[in-house]
Amino acid sequence: MEKIYDVVIIGAGPAGLSAGLYAARGKMSTLILEKDKTGGQISTTNEVANYPGSIENATGPSLVARMVEQCKEFGAEMKKDTIKEVQVEGKIKVLVGEKETYKAKTIIMAGGASPRLMDVPGEKKLTGKGVSYCATCDADFFTDFEVFVIGGGDSAVEEAIHLTKFARKVTVVHRRDELRAAKSIQEKAFKNEKIEFIWDTVVEEVKGDGLVESVVFKNVKSGELHEYHADEEDGTFGIFVFVGYLPQTELFKEILDMDKAGYLITDDNMNTNVAGVFAAGDCRVKSLRQVVTAVADGAIAAIQAEKYIANVFEE
Amino acid sequence: MLAVDKDTFEKEVLEAEGAVLVDYWSEGCEPCKALMPDIEALEEAYGDTVKFVKLDTTKARRLAIKQKVLGLPTIALYKNGEKIEEVTKEDASKANVEAMIKKHV
Ligand SMILES: Cc1cc2nc3c(=O)[nH]c(=O)nc-3n(C[C@H](O)[C@H](O)[C@H](O)COP(=O)(O)OP(=O)(O)OC[C@H]3O[C@@H](n4cnc5c(N)ncnc54)[C@H](O)[C@@H]3O)c2cc1C
Repeated sequence: MEKIYDVVIIGAGPAGLSAGLYAARGKMSTLILEKDKTGGQISTTNEVANYPGSIENATGPSLVARMVEQCKEFGAEMKKDTIKEVQVEGKIKVLVGEKETYKAKTIIMAGGASPRLMDVPGEKKLTGKGVSYCATCDADFFTDFEVFVIGGGDSAVEEAIHLTKFARKVTVVHRRDELRAAKSIQEKAFKNEKIEFIWDTVVEEVKGDGLVESVVFKNVKSGELHEYHADEEDGTFGIFVFVGYLPQTELFKEILDMDKAGYLITDDNMNTNVAGVFAAGDCRVKSLRQVVTAVADGAIAAIQAEKYIANVFEE
Repeated sequence: MLAVDKDTFEKEVLEAEGAVLVDYWSEGCEPCKALMPDIEALEEAYGDTVKFVKLDTTKARRLAIKQKVLGLPTIALYKNGEKIEEVTKEDASKANVEAMIKKHV
């Protein structure tokens, strides 16, 4: 007979890994499915300074590695697969992956979010050619080069500070005249001699043949355009983009309730509008999208899944 | 997969006859490490006709930039020393890499 898992978790980011840990520890048969890299968004940063207890070696990948180890120790199974379709009407839910089909009593959706693109000409073509959304992947290429960081939130400013360890100069380009990042992060950035700021400015176009060669900026107040060209000796420069996120929830369109932006709507117990389907982490409507809230969601979802199974399957 | 570095890249890739697939990766790049088993599986299937190599870019930064690789993961296909196609970042999936191999080999 085909295996029916107690809990199948979509996504191995902090929310999914925490849910996996709690579910497996509760002796539920648990499977975590991940389409890409283990750890989700947090594995793209080397700066995680605000997760309680995470001080020594506080990089995203090291934090994730410890979460995975803990998860597996309690017996959660992990597989690489992309879930393409879900059927949630029946008591037993079905998840159709690229590689396999899975059956489960409960689903925890922890699909997180992906970086929002600037949506300007040249951006797609030059991704991996100077345009990047991942500092841990690409910062190293820009050792002694110039780098622009687009955005003004926590991620943008923290990554800008991190990038000064590599680049000779980092310019933060923000569409407003003040940053949105936490005050302590701002202070650190203002004090850093390698960081400069360009205010009220957005990117209009990225240009280059094979590598980024120039970028066109637009001042949103004056409408003025300005093209920045790569230093002749360098030939190129970096553009790191942190302008927001998009929830990865298309899978559940017309199945689960979501807000206009596509974030899943849950109650305090991570219940969605479908019984037995829970949502946790960055993919749901919430006021703070961080590791600390993602792992909390995951824990709650797993415990609620356990209760649901006890009620519905074991009378 | 054969590991190449900045000293052996020339000989193993640019001077090689036939098709060579290069996996540009680094230890710090989590998506690269997630993709690597898929590339190894493709080597099992296509290893007879395509030579599979991997290059750790942290020790070959200039070389990578010269090959117009400035982001990871990047999987590039070379034929007789010329880069003919590549997939990078989100597009660097097993299915896309396989399609690229099938198209050219
Ligand atoms: C640059 C950057 C810096 C950050 N810095 C900090 C920080 O310092 N401190 C902090 O607390 N937070 C930080 N964050 C935020 C933090 O990373 C997120 O809040 C957290 O990762 C959310 O966890 P999650 O598990 O909900 O989602 P994610 O981390 O997004 O993980 C979701 C996972 O689900 C997978 N997935 C999605 N759909 C499917 C599918 N259909 N099938 C299979 N798998 C799927 C995805 O591939 C992904 O791996 C940062 C984020 C970024 C981008």
